[in-house]
Amino acid sequence: MAVAAITENYVGERLDRVENFHGNQVLYVGWDHHLMFCAPVAFAVPPDAPFSKVLEELIPGAFSLHPEFGEIDWNQVEWHLNAESFTPDTNATLAEQGIDHKSILRFATPGLDGLKGSGS
Amino acid sequence: MSNKKLNMKDKYRLLTRDLEWEFSYRDRKEIFPQEDFEGIKITDWSKWEDPFRLTMDSYWKYQAEKEKKLYAIFDAFSQNNGQQNVTDARYVNAIKLFLTGVSPLEYQAYSGFAHVGRQFGGVGARVACQMQSLDELRHVQTQIHAMSHYNKHFDGFQDFAHMHDRVWYLSVPKSFFDDARSAGPFEFMVAIGFSFEYVLTNLLFVPFMSGAAYNGDMATVTFGFSAQSDEARHMTLGLEIIKFLLEQHEDNVPIVQRWINKWLWRGYRVLTLVAMMMDYMLPNKVMSWQESFEVYFEEAASSLFKDLARYGIEMPPYAADAIAEKEHLSHQAWSIFYNYGHAAAFHTWMPTAQEMDWLSEKYPNTFDKYYRPRFEKWREMEEAGERYYNPTLPMLCQTCQIPMGFTDMENPTMTSYRQSVYDGERYNFCSNGCKDIFDHEPEKYVQSWMPVHQIFQGNCGGPEMEDVLGDYYRINLGVDNLDFKGSPDEARWNGWHNLQSAEDKLKKAS
Ligand SMILES: [Fe+2]
Ligand SMILES: [Fe+2]
Ligand SMILES: [Zn+2]
Repeated sequence: MAVAAITENYVGERLDRVENFHGNQVLYVGWDHHLMFCAPVAFAVPPDAPFSKVLEELIPGAFSLHPEFGEIDWNQVEWHLNAESFTPDTNATLAEQGIDHKSILRFATPGLDGLKGSGS
Repeated sequence: MSNKKLNMKDKYRLLTRDLEWEFSYRDRKEIFPQEDFEGIKITDWSKWEDPFRLTMDSYWKYQAEKEKKLYAIFDAFSQNNGQQNVTDARYVNAIKLFLTGVSPLEYQAYSGFAHVGRQFGGVGARVACQMQSLDELRHVQTQIHAMSHYNKHFDGFQDFAHMHDRVWYLSVPKSFFDDARSAGPFEFMVAIGFSFEYVLTNLLFVPFMSGAAYNGDMATVTFGFSAQSDEARHMTLGLEIIKFLLEQHEDNVPIVQRWINKWLWRGYRVLTLVAMMMDYMLPNKVMSWQESFEVYFEEAASSLFKDLARYGIEMPPYAADAIAEKEHLSHQAWSIFYNYGHAAAFHTWMPTAQEMDWLSEKYPNTFDKYYRPRFEKWREMEEAGERYYNPTLPMLCQTCQIPMGFTDMENPTMTSYRQSVYDGERYNFCSNGCKDIFDHEPEKYVQSWMPVHQIFQGNCGGPEMEDVLGDYYRINLGVDNLDFKGSPDEARWNGWHNLQSAEDKLKKAS
C-alpha cells in the first residue's frame, strides 16, 4: 500500500540495496535451538563466495564458543534457506544456489538440544 | 477598557479559544495543509473538548513553583553525595539507559507536539498540543539536570545525545519516535498522545520512577513527582484525541483502529528495554515485568477497550502476542545485552545466585526451563576468566530494529522469523506486528537506518569494530562498556564504601 504522505506517490530511498555494500551482500545465519547466541547473526559476504566459506569460516567464527559446536555431525545437519528446506552445495557460490541479499540460512542439529537440553 | 479582574471562565476563553480568528483572504487549506492527507475527516472542530482548562499564565506560574522545589532537591542531593546512597552501583546503569534511551524521546515529543500544535485546524487542539510541547521540553531539561550529578561520578552518561542518534540499541526508541514524527499530525497524536502517553505510560515511567524510589535514587524520584501532573494532562489529551476522531466521522474508525494496532505494537517493542531493566537492572526489585504487564496492560487495556467498543474499536490483534511473551521478554532482552555487552554504553552482568532464585520464583514456567542453564553457563565462563561476548553482529528486525532475539511462543526456543519480499528485495522481521506494519507502508520502512547494515556499508567508521564503538558511537572502551565486574564504576563504588571487589578478596586470601 502507498504511504499516506503530503507528496503524491511517495517513494522512499532503499537504504539497504545490495549496491550499497561494496560488493558484498548480507547473509543471516541462525543455529536453531541454540539461544546462547541471542539472535541470528549477520555477515557481509560476496555473492560469489563458495558455500565452503560459510561452512569453514563464518559459522565456526560465529558459533564455535558453544560446547556442542564440536559435536555437530555436518552430514546430519538440516538446512533451511528463507524457510524452505535446502541442500547446500559446498563448492558452488552463494549466488549460484539462490542465496541472495538478506537471505536467512538456518541450520538445525537434531540430537544436540542446547545447554542441558534447554535450547540455549 | 475597564480594569476589573477577569473571572476564570472569561480568562480561559480569551487566552485559548479566543486566540482563533476567521481567515478572510486565505484558504483554510493553505493554512492547515496537513489536515486532510491522512484520510481523517473532521466536520466540526468546535466539538473538541479542551482536556485541561489551563491558561498560559497559570501554566507558567504552576510550573515555576514545581521547578523551584525540584532544583532545591537536586542541590541537596549533590551536596549530600546522594550518588553514594543508591542501593548498588549496578542500579546506575538503569538510569544510563534512561538518559540515553528515553530522555531524548522527551525532546522528540517536544518537537512533535510543537509541530502538530501548528497543524491542527482547531484552536483548542493547537493550544493543548503547544502546552504539552512545553512540558516535554521541561522534561528533557529536568531529566538532564537530575542525571548530570551522576555524570560526575559514573561512566556512560557523557555523550547521551550523540549516542541516541547512533548506537544500535538506541535506534530502537529513536526510530520509534522518528516514525511517529514523520507521520501526519493525526497519526502522531494516536501514536504518542494516545498509545504511548495514555496506554503505555504506566509501563514506562512508573517502573523507572518506582525503580528509583526502591533504589535510593532521590534525584530521579523527585523528577518523577515533578512530571506527574504533566503526565496526567497528557493522558487526558491522548484520550480526547481518540474520542474526538471517532465521534467526528465513522470513516475515521478503521484508520484509527489501524493506527492503534500499529502503535501499541511499536510501543510495546520499545518497552522490551523496560522489561529487562525491571527484572535485571534493579538491585531492589519493584515487581516483575510480568506482574507489571498484567496490571498496567492486561487489566488496564481490557477495560479501556471495553469503553472504546461503542465506537467500534477493538483490542489490537497483537495484544495476544504481547501477552504470550510476558514470561519470556525480559530474559530474552537481557540475553541480547549480555551477548553484546562490549557494544553497550552501560554495564551488564549475570544475576547473582539470589537474583536467579527470584527470577525462578517470579517466572516458574520459563526461567529454570529455558534461561537458567544459559545464564549458569555464562557465569561459569566468567568465573573461568572468559566472560562470554557474542563475536558476531546480530540480525535486526526491519521495523522495530531490535536484534532478532524473540522466539515463537508455540516453540519458545525457536527464533521467530518473518519475511516479506518487496520490490525485489527481502525484508526480515521479528513478529507478525512488525511485518504487518512494514507491509502496509513499505515505502516508509525501506528507509530504516539499520545499525548493523550501516556498519557493513562503512557509514559508521571502521574498519574495526573498535573504531565503530569508540570513534563513531563515542563509547569509552573498557570504561563505559563491558561487564560491571571489573569496571571503573565498580572500583569507585567499592572505594566509597570500603568494599573489596570479589577478585581482590580472592587475591588477598591466597
Ligand atoms: Fe514527557
Ligand atoms: Fe508525557
Ligand atoms: Zn520487530
